[in-house]
Amino acid sequence: MTVTQTTTHHVVRVMRFDRVQRAAHWANAALFGALMFTAIPLYFGSFFGVVLPRHLIEQIHLWCGLALPIPIIVSLLGPWGRGMRRDVRRVNAWTRQEIRWLQTRGRSPLEADKFNPGQKLNAIFIGAVILIMLVTGSMLQWFRFFSVSLRQGATFVHDAFAFAIFAVVIGHITMAITHRDALRSIFKGWVSEQWAAVHASRWLKETRDGDGSPDAR
Amino acid sequence: MLRTTSVDLVSAQEPTKRVPVGRRVFLGVTGLAALGVAFGGSIQNFLGNAFGSGLGGLLPGGDRFRIYSITGEYPKIKDSDYRLKVSGLVHHPKTFTLDDLKAMPVTSFTKTFQCVTGWRVPDVAWEGVLLSDIMDAVGIRDEAVALTFESYDRSDTESLTIDQARLSDVIVAYRMLGAPVTTEHGGPVRLYVAPMFGYKSLKWLSAIRVVDRVQPGFWEQNGYPVNGWLDGTTGPTNPDPSLT
Ligand code: HEM
Repeated sequence: MTVTQTTTHHVVRVMRFDRVQRAAHWANAALFGALMFTAIPLYFGSFFGVVLPRHLIEQIHLWCGLALPIPIIVSLLGPWGRGMRRDVRRVNAWTRQEIRWLQTRGRSPLEADKFNPGQKLNAIFIGAVILIMLVTGSMLQWFRFFSVSLRQGATFVHDAFAFAIFAVVIGHITMAITHRDALRSIFKGWVSEQWAAVHASRWLKETRDGDGSPDAR
Repeated sequence: MLRTTSVDLVSAQEPTKRVPVGRRVFLGVTGLAALGVAFGGSIQNFLGNAFGSGLGGLLPGGDRFRIYSITGEYPKIKDSDYRLKVSGLVHHPKTFTLDDLKAMPVTSFTKTFQCVTGWRVPDVAWEGVLLSDIMDAVGIRDEAVALTFESYDRSDTESLTIDQARLSDVIVAYRMLGAPVTTEHGGPVRLYVAPMFGYKSLKWLSAIRVVDRVQPGFWEQNGYPVNGWLDGTTGPTNPDPSLT
């Protein structure tokens, strides 16, 4: 049995995120937080100088930006990355049912995977914007290698996606703090079996069957 | 040890077909971003030209001044305290008050402010004194090659060759956007060098020194071209080929 199931106070625990995944999530969240925080004075201009000189804010923003892909890459590529890699596959592969669930805004039946389609979309979006912000941010920094039109395009895209990131991250945090069981799993790693039976039934069935997809470590 | 990989699991144990939605959405979003980088500039320009800066300004990143300051502070200078000191290789060194500048022939035009990092603000109204007129008022000497500009922020400096400074759209501006130049924008008096990127338009102008060689300014020492032409090349260039 590779699935850790311990009984405490009649709660059967099912591991959802291993240590590597939790560390990657929080490192990524910290970098996003720092980038979004420093983005505000960069965008609105007039706030900087009140707290920190602008060049310092720029440096923090730049270095956090350049570090942004590191948690994902390190957690995926090492021998420790099996849990991460498996979840990337989950996020990629959708059943017809999942697609329909998203199209009907959650009104069609769903035998949920480890992540529901909304969570999967969030993960895909974050993956894409890491690449996009890294490329456009680097173009803003090393602008000399690009034509004015491309620089303008890069600023446009960096700004447009910054807006989208704020919307998605605020949505993500709202969902997280209103769904305590799922939230606990990104801190402690486990969800209760009852929760999984309701919110991730297909995944629970797979892990229970001992089918060789150990989500626990 | 894994008995099967989860990919096998997907195909073997789950009859429902899986669609690589993740990959498609990822490629779709990044593709959209790539289009945005390639054409975002043109879209902004088109919308800006077609509808004026009102609509263009609604787009993220569009038509909006980003306020930069090297020191993180905005020098606050009262109009009555303002002085522009012109010295160096001149026949009659002179210190101008704001009223002195306003008493000189007025030059005004409407032009785009283009930042080197990509943003631009079209149709900005500018008003001030031709740099050329200021040079004539003090009389520059024959050995003069360039001008060095200093700022009240005590950090920014800029440079222009005499030929560049003589252009008809290079002014010492005291009005901008239909009002006196604000502190954020470098008021009460700033430089506006229309044919070059914004960093050449030094804010909070405090002094002009006429010198015998180009002294790269703050931004140029930090990697920006000394000749900040918007289109990269045209116009009188710097006589020193090492300073491009
Ligand atoms: C969560 C991700 C990010 C957000 C929300 C974000 C947001 C922003 C915003 C709003 C600005 C101001 C742009 C403007 O004034 O129009 C900015 C500037 C910038 N960003 Fe980001 N950004 C992110 C990630 C990155 C990354 C990954 C890099 C990597 C190199 C980066 C590099 C830069 C640079 C160099 C600037 C220009 C700073 C300046 O004004 O001198 N950013 N960013």
